[in-house]
Amino acid sequence: MELTKEQQAILDGTKGETMAKVMRTLVNYGEVFGAQKMVPVTARYGHLVLSFGLTFLGPVFDLFQKLIDEGCLSGQKFTCDPRPYDKNVPQSVLQKGVAKFVFGKQSRYEKQLEQLGILGEDSYTCTCYLDEIGNTPKQGDVLSWAESSAVVYANSVLGARCNRNSGIIELFGSVAGFVPYFGLLTDEGRKADWIVELKTTKMPDAQILGSAIGMKVMEDVPYVKGLDAYLGTELTDKAKTYLKDFGAATASNGAVGLYHIENLTPEAKQQGEDLIKPGAKVYVIDDAELERVKNGYPCIWKNKDAAPKLCFLGCPHMTLEQIKDWTEKLEAGLKAAGNEKVLVPTVFTTSTGVLKKLNETPYAARLKKIGVIVSYICPLMFMDNPLWQSQPVITSSNKLRTYTTARFYSNDEILSILTKEGK
Amino acid sequence: MTKTFKGRVIAPGEVTAEAVVTKQGFNTLASMQMMFIQPKTKCVDQSNPDIYKKVLQGKVLCLPQTIGSTTGGMFLYSAVKSGKAPACLLFSKEIDSLAAAGAVLADVWSENDKMPTIDRLGDEFLEYVRDGDKISVKSDGTVLVER
Repeated sequence: MELTKEQQAILDGTKGETMAKVMRTLVNYGEVFGAQKMVPVTARYGHLVLSFGLTFLGPVFDLFQKLIDEGCLSGQKFTCDPRPYDKNVPQSVLQKGVAKFVFGKQSRYEKQLEQLGILGEDSYTCTCYLDEIGNTPKQGDVLSWAESSAVVYANSVLGARCNRNSGIIELFGSVAGFVPYFGLLTDEGRKADWIVELKTTKMPDAQILGSAIGMKVMEDVPYVKGLDAYLGTELTDKAKTYLKDFGAATASNGAVGLYHIENLTPEAKQQGEDLIKPGAKVYVIDDAELERVKNGYPCIWKNKDAAPKLCFLGCPHMTLEQIKDWTEKLEAGLKAAGNEKVLVPTVFTTSTGVLKKLNETPYAARLKKIGVIVSYICPLMFMDNPLWQSQPVITSSNKLRTYTTARFYSNDEILSILTKEGK
Repeated sequence: MTKTFKGRVIAPGEVTAEAVVTKQGFNTLASMQMMFIQPKTKCVDQSNPDIYKKVLQGKVLCLPQTIGSTTGGMFLYSAVKSGKAPACLLFSKEIDSLAAAGAVLADVWSENDKMPTIDRLGDEFLEYVRDGDKISVKSDGTVLVER
């Protein structure tokens, strides 16, 4: 890799040994992918994936402390994934006790984040790109972010440029101010390896469509044809919400960092089929294929017929419109079934920014009335508690299904379970 | 019988251990999130029947690539520093960005604990290698599979 004089000097230790190791890591990492140079991070803010003070991640916190002690702080403010714990989420006394132990380093870590450069108290969310939070990069901005759902959204819906960085690497990019130039940062790396032809008879569930595409294309870039028939050709709030959940499923069920939606996402609108590589493979998705994918999800509850004890919706965090939409659907479903409250304890998760806005609307009280709790946590990390592993939790998030024992149901099925069936 | 493969060195080192093989993408977070409460790290990824419930710690993990959460590299780094990681990672394909981060972080920031990592061993490698094969990894990227 060819470095500038400034970068070479850092690598040679002019800013200390720790900073030299930060640069060494970025250089070695970039060279694995054939990067010839480092490019400046141009976005205003970074985003970190690690938001949880897991007792067992001691080596990471030790490394971060080293950065702080040596003055290797982030050159840009950053947002961060959601906090892992909220005492208001229904749980047993024992589960509370274990959570205290599992997340025993939370306050130490949050102090570290303040020292390293977190933007503010409302910065803990995986949906940092929403207006309520304000970490919304522009098309062409170079980012040093991690969090797979945020990276795929920034690349695909906003047209920013970011690789699927790992935790720690993304902070190193913000500390150095440079990232190695390869993959999704390059024009060539943003071209599509796959054409996905959508031939369903109705709008597919975002979570299942994303899962199917993720499992098929893995880390490749798909160019999706036919989805604009359902989402339209403008990035409305409804379309962006759909793509948020769709993208998270592609990134967690596979390793997608960028997708293009024909006639909708910015690069697909600007470049059309020029974005498709010659010889791209084709994946046709119809109703039967989505059914096949959904039926392939295993259920690893000890008792597969158990009544669900908890339902999580909001991984990634819900938007304000999504919460309002769910509120109305739940109210209508409960009324039709003659019930007053949801039949399974239910938690919506969202950012504190959205939560504040929600509390200014009547929807907060309406949700409370039907028994839904709204929390700021990361449900995925909340369930990273051994005592939750054997509990029957349900969700319509394919990301949560992938990383926990939560059982997946489509949004329509969840609605029916919560309002009519109870299981 | 011994068969030899050659790949590219991502993190150097020499190791001899038993193989554990996944033909599908290895989801690091989903597989290893319970490692710190397990006596020995076992895969807990319900979506990966190849290695679900199998021991990973101290084994040569043979895989096409890693997938899933961007905490992946960080989890690998912590696993190496805590002695809970596979002994070595052998990729049939080009390594992905998350696993590369874990391998490079462990290589640059860890004095004693290492996780040799080799990629580009080819599809034939992953088709051939089986659970329990004795694997010897050399620092030049040579991999000997003994059965």
